[in-house]
Amino acid sequence: MLPDSEVSVCTLLPDVLGTYSDGGNARVLCSRLRWRGIPARQVTCTVDQQPPTSCDIYLLGGGEDTSQLFATEWLRQHPQLCNTLADRSLTLAVCAGMQILGVSMADVHGREHVGVGLLNITTTPRRRRATGEVVSRSAEVGLLTGFENHRGATELGDDVRPLAHVLSGVGNGDGRFGRRATDGVRTDHIIATYMHGPVLARNPALADHILASVTGSSLTEIDLPDQRALRESYLAGSASQTMRGGKRG
Amino acid sequence: MSGLSRRVGLGGGSIIGGRVTMALDPDALRSLATRRQVVLVTGTNGKTTTSHMVAAALRSLGLVAHNASGSNMADGALAALTDALDAEWAVLEVDELHLAGVASATDPAAMVILNLTRDQLDRAAEVRRTAAAIARAVVAHPQTTVFANADDPMVVWAASEAVRPVWVGAGSVWRSDTVGCPSCGRSLTESATGWHCECGLTRPSPSWWLEDDIAHGPGVSSRLALSLPGQFNLGNALMALAASVTAGVEPEAAIAKISALSRVAGRYARIQYGRHTLRLLLAKNPAGWAATIAMLDGSRPVVVAVNAREADGRDTSWLWDVEFERLVGRVVAASGERAADLGVRLSYAGIPHVTNTDPLAALAEFLEGEVDVVANYTAFHSLYRRLERAG
Repeated sequence: MLPDSEVSVCTLLPDVLGTYSDGGNARVLCSRLRWRGIPARQVTCTVDQQPPTSCDIYLLGGGEDTSQLFATEWLRQHPQLCNTLADRSLTLAVCAGMQILGVSMADVHGREHVGVGLLNITTTPRRRRATGEVVSRSAEVGLLTGFENHRGATELGDDVRPLAHVLSGVGNGDGRFGRRATDGVRTDHIIATYMHGPVLARNPALADHILASVTGSSLTEIDLPDQRALRESYLAGSASQTMRGGKRG
Repeated sequence: MSGLSRRVGLGGGSIIGGRVTMALDPDALRSLATRRQVVLVTGTNGKTTTSHMVAAALRSLGLVAHNASGSNMADGALAALTDALDAEWAVLEVDELHLAGVASATDPAAMVILNLTRDQLDRAAEVRRTAAAIARAVVAHPQTTVFANADDPMVVWAASEAVRPVWVGAGSVWRSDTVGCPSCGRSLTESATGWHCECGLTRPSPSWWLEDDIAHGPGVSSRLALSLPGQFNLGNALMALAASVTAGVEPEAAIAKISALSRVAGRYARIQYGRHTLRLLLAKNPAGWAATIAMLDGSRPVVVAVNAREADGRDTSWLWDVEFERLVGRVVAASGERAADLGVRLSYAGIPHVTNTDPLAALAEFLEGEVDVVANYTAFHSLYRRLERAG
């Protein structure tokens, strides 16, 4: 995109998804653009609206089981939007937002539901709910911190890269003996994670990674008060991993 | 027993006393509750305030056992009954997820259901599931009179099977968790007469309602001039009035008792601390904040204190559903054990602030005078204890 042009950030279905404060992610992205003098436009698209198909960034939040199936159906009814998500824009999909973009997901009763099919992942219910802090490491942006609250075990297809490897917490729930669990998914056009809202407030490097790939330019640093203290408090338990050579939190 | 827990410094005393008795005798709550008229008060916000209002009004009928400190699980209920063996009445605020258990042990004469929104998502995974748990308690007690907020769709759904419902138009300040119909998931339609859904779930016509600050009910039409601030507390007062008048309290007496209440377990208290006068407010979730922001005084500085202990919910993401943008232009301090999470949220709301994990130390930055202090559950209680000690 051109250096001076506006970046548009669209929150999809805040009236259906977004139970876990995911709306904050849009605010974080837009603020970080404006603080750098880049115009930002925050858009929301509710169930009864025709979705815009030319936004730069789309956000899909988490939600309850019934909301999730409703959102899947809505997306399938808007194929043009799905095309944009597949290969033109950059999408941040959180928790249920990630699951519904997959090939399929099963509800707590074991019934399988077809997903939107933009990600080669399948989700089945975990025996126990995964609730708590997650720390993970992404090759691109370093240590990530977030809170997870879900019952999904997400299996990635062979061609799919995770967003990060889990240092503590459950994430995709695919950890095996001798193998770290992964969290989320990373493709050229979709970043997905189980770290619910607002993951970008805790991880400004991830927010700026999204913004840099959309604007195509490197961005100036922003030193936000309290940000360092926030990250240190959540990453304290993972200090040893940090010292073993990951990027600094 | 509670004397012992106070002496060994384990806290307020009521919880430990209750836990020990429960361990000794699981049927203790049942036997302590027999031959009493029990009123249970539940809902996401307003439990403590409303139960204080009901207890104050019922005292004109006799002795009342009441878990006044806000210990609202089975052990808190037990401690309250143990502390007042002669009381014929009991008013117990009960955590939403413990309502079914406490109700089955106490066979309540009445349940008061205030509102249901998101509180601690890491504990009560979904609001609907909480509503379903309350619905089971309602169904299991057909003899119980159920006072339910007609303006809250989630409450109406939870109370829809009540055999003896009394619908109260107590208002609803925050509807963001009930965007869809609790019963079928469709969008709710709002109209002049309230809300409804195609599936048939509709705001019941209330037998108690507010017209500005006038409370209307069967044979009642009286102004509520509360000592407590805010529209939200008018709703709580109406719920309390409906329950206590139905229980047999004269309306004028009930209104007088409810209106006289000026502080509730430290909430709304005005406390002098050094060169500042603090007004203490408790808000622990987005709906509670929506009610509280409306009570904040225009130009006063605000200290916000946030913890994330077990009782608060470990997850601080709810801060992003609070409209802190409405504090723009005020002097604000971010405080509590999660001051950094709050500080980041305030920066994104465009609010310059000081950050200090200690709310009383944060005051040093403020000019002398009145300060509003808003804290969530454990932050509030630790602050209140310190202020009480400071005298």
